[in-house]
Amino acid sequence: MTTLTETVPRREVGSARAWADFYLSTMRLAVQEQFQYRTANYFYMFGMIAEPVIYLVVWTTIADQQGGSVQGLSAGYFAAYYIVWTLVRNMNIVFGAPFWEYRIREGELNKDLLRPILPLHYDIAYFAGWKVVVIVLWIPLAIGLSLVFDPLLDPRLLEIAVFAVAIWGAYLIRTMFQEALGMLCFWTTRGAAIFDLWMTTELLLSGRLVPLPLMPDWVQDVSRFLPFQWAFFFPIESLVGDLSDEELLRGLGVQLLWILIGLAIFRVAWKHAIRRYSAVGG
Amino acid sequence: MNAFRITWLFFKVGVLNELQYRVNFVVQLFQSAIALVVGLLVLALVYSHTDELNGWSQPELLCVLGIQILMGGAIKTYIQPNMMRLIEDVRDGKLDYALTKPEDSQVLVSVREVRIWQVVDLVSGATVLAVGLSRVTTDLGALDALAFGVALLFGAVMIYCFWLLIATGAFWVVNMYHAVELFDGIFQTGRWPVGIYPGWLRYSVTFLVPIAFAVTVPAQAVTSRLQWQTLALAVVFATVLFVFARWFWRFGLRRYSGASA
Repeated sequence: MTTLTETVPRREVGSARAWADFYLSTMRLAVQEQFQYRTANYFYMFGMIAEPVIYLVVWTTIADQQGGSVQGLSAGYFAAYYIVWTLVRNMNIVFGAPFWEYRIREGELNKDLLRPILPLHYDIAYFAGWKVVVIVLWIPLAIGLSLVFDPLLDPRLLEIAVFAVAIWGAYLIRTMFQEALGMLCFWTTRGAAIFDLWMTTELLLSGRLVPLPLMPDWVQDVSRFLPFQWAFFFPIESLVGDLSDEELLRGLGVQLLWILIGLAIFRVAWKHAIRRYSAVGG
Repeated sequence: MNAFRITWLFFKVGVLNELQYRVNFVVQLFQSAIALVVGLLVLALVYSHTDELNGWSQPELLCVLGIQILMGGAIKTYIQPNMMRLIEDVRDGKLDYALTKPEDSQVLVSVREVRIWQVVDLVSGATVLAVGLSRVTTDLGALDALAFGVALLFGAVMIYCFWLLIATGAFWVVNMYHAVELFDGIFQTGRWPVGIYPGWLRYSVTFLVPIAFAVTVPAQAVTSRLQWQTLALAVVFATVLFVFARWFWRFGLRRYSGASA
């Protein structure tokens, strides 16, 4: 009888090299696959820029009406904010909670469970590879938007460095919470309502709708203690705003904290969920 | 006349079909409520920083929001489901079933589907519009109301034509999967009067994707700022677009050779 431990030598499973190899291979696969669908990817990204462009135009109009700024935020700031927004929004697209419903309903999970590693690893690796394609496709889009909207962007070297890390931090925070939320699909087939509610909270408290300083004070206070803004507002602000060195590094620390919290929630939920699971389809 | 009879027939069957799935009504109610709350919060947020946006007051923009939700409801009840089914049928080769029927093919592909629960958006849009109107200072004259009705009707026709053009594109570009997302994204521009957008975008959402005609023009009518030239332009443009869409549909059909049959 062939068991998994025989086909895959024990020392390889769990060794750092094996993990790196798995992640890199999956990412490479994702890059190759998604580059084939570059037109579809572009359509998708193009449809997505309508949202920030609308916000940008509305707030620029208000800034212009009030002599150039709203609460100290200038038209140039709004332009920079919403252009960087497009990249951060794309980094925020992960294996979303609703996909867990599909994964369970279609019996896809059965196949995933046969593998010697958690599906979570595959999701992280695959979407991370996809992100590489997205970033490449994003560059011309950003140049085009910059020509049209005249952003005010003058980052320091540290800000660029922190931004480069923070967009991946954002990706991981959102991945962890979406995967954890997806565990609800093991208990209910009507998770959609909860996911919608979650998305709406996220829209309002993350900085996706407006830069957070425009929100009422109490909303800012509440959102400080939630993960949302660390996956959206912080990465944008690290590049566009004027955060001090200390704030920048502390922000990365908070991101790490939320990644770990999200992961912990996922691990607990997964442990209970998988006990409940009794395959569908096949 | 036959076209209306067929439309009515498909409508009845569609409604009976949808009535089986009653829980969907609750789901739809919930989703519409969330979307409405977000829309209202955004308006409140914007007007906490300013008194007017490009000459539009908060109650006036409430009217715009109402009309946008209303029009969105109409699109999702009727236009979008039919056009998506058309796109899918082209890909799966099932369009043959519609084409072999002894009726006008354009009529058939335009009326086969109806998502009755989206009616929630029609109701909530109309309610928001009514609330907005009750707070607008200008009086709504009978002529304004008539102009509103005309503008809304022709706006819907233009959106339908636009969707038909896109869906007909499926004869050439089979994968039109993202068309809905693309349209939904752009349709959000209708939340705000087109006047605020920079020139290139304003023309795009007026003539390329006729959202300005479908939402802003009716909103101009109810807020007594519509000029009759704009309404005339809407009627002319809708007619031209309809003729063109019909021609393009037939042009595309000639290229279709079936995928499975």
